[in-house]
Amino acid sequence: MKITRKDFLRLSGLGLLALAGKKAVRAVGERSFASSSPPKKRVRWGMAIDLQKCRQKDGCDRCIKACHSTHNVPQFADRAHEIKWIWKEPFKNVFPAAQTGYTREFFGDLPVLLLCNHCDDPPCQDVCPVDATWKRDNGVVTIDFHRCIGCRYCMAACPYGARSFNWQDPRPAIAMVNPDFPTRTRGVVEKCNFCEERLARGQGPACAESCEEKAIVSGDLEKPDSEVRQVLRSRFAVQRKPELGTGPSVYYIV
Amino acid sequence: MSDRPLILAGLTLFVGLVTTPIWHGALDRKTALTAPPIKLPAQEKQCVAPTSYMRSSHMRLLEDWRNEAVRDGQRQFVAFNGKTYDKNPTRTCVTACHTDRKEFCGRCHDYAGVSDPDCWNCHNDSHQASRSAP
Repeated sequence: MKITRKDFLRLSGLGLLALAGKKAVRAVGERSFASSSPPKKRVRWGMAIDLQKCRQKDGCDRCIKACHSTHNVPQFADRAHEIKWIWKEPFKNVFPAAQTGYTREFFGDLPVLLLCNHCDDPPCQDVCPVDATWKRDNGVVTIDFHRCIGCRYCMAACPYGARSFNWQDPRPAIAMVNPDFPTRTRGVVEKCNFCEERLARGQGPACAESCEEKAIVSGDLEKPDSEVRQVLRSRFAVQRKPELGTGPSVYYIV
Repeated sequence: MSDRPLILAGLTLFVGLVTTPIWHGALDRKTALTAPPIKLPAQEKQCVAPTSYMRSSHMRLLEDWRNEAVRDGQRQFVAFNGKTYDKNPTRTCVTACHTDRKEFCGRCHDYAGVSDPDCWNCHNDSHQASRSAP
C-alpha cells in the first residue's frame, strides 16, 4: 500500500490530537480524584510538663529511672561520658531570659525536667551528613544507630544539649539490660526517642506513664481534642528557646 | 644429559610447591568441603524463609528488616507461609530459636571466613536476655 504525502500529514495530525485528548482526560481525572480524597492527616507527638506537679515530691526521679531502664541508658560516674535522655537542670539555666530578679529568688534553683524537644524543624536533621537522624511522620525525631558515623555535628547543632555521644562501650555501665531494646555501641550519638518503639505498640512514653502526679501529658499536638492540646489550651505554657524557630514539641507549664 | 636427575628433582619440587593449596586442603581435615555442623533450633522446624534462601541471603533479609523497621516503621514481617513475625533479631531470631548464636551463626561465619558482624554490639543476644531476666 502506498501512502500519499497528504494522507501521512492527515494521519499524524489525528495521532497528535488523540494523544492530546488522552492527556487532557487523564489530567481532569487526576484532579477530580485528588479533590475527593482528603489531605493526609499530620501527626505530631508532643508533651506538656507541669512543673508545679513535677516538684510535688522532692527529689522524685521515677520518670528518669523508667526511661533509663526501658532504653538501656548507661550510667557513667565520669560526667564527661554522661549519656542523657531525660534529666534535670535548674530553672535559671533552662529559662535564662524568662525571669526577673525576684522570680530568681524562688524559681532559680528549682529543677526542670529536660529531654529532646522533638522539634518541628530539627536543626540536628539538617546537619547530619548521612541522614542518620530525621523526623518521622509522627513528629518524633529519631536516630538510626546503624547509620550514625559519630561525627557529632548534630550535637553541635542541637540548641538544647539533648544529644550525647558514646565515648566508650556503654554495655558495662548498664546495670540491667532490657532485652527488648538494643543497647548502643561506642561511637554513636543517642538521645530521647519519645518512646517511639512503645508508640508503635500503642503505648505512651515511659516517663509519662511512670509519673504518679501525672505531671507529664503526651499526645498528638495536631489533634485539637487530644489531652495535651486540652492542657495547653487551659494553662499557660512555654517552650525552650522558641525564638530559634525550631518549634519544640515539649511545653512547660510554669 | 648428566643433569637429568637434577632437573627432574627440581621439577618435582616445583610442582609440589605450586600445588600446595590443593593437597594441603585435601589432607587437612579442618578445611573440609562439606558445610560445618551447626546447631539447629530444638523446637522450631521452620525459619522465617526457606532454608535455601536463608543460607544464601540471610544477610539480605536482615538488612531489609533493619531498613524497613527503622526507617519506615514497618515492624511486621509476613513470611512465605503466611505467618507473621516481628522484625526483631533479639526476640524472633536469637531468643526464640538460635539460642546459641556462636554455635549457629559463628560456625558458618568461621568456615566462610566472615569477620564477626557487629550486630551484637548493640542488639541483645539470648545471653543478655537471660542474664537480665529476674
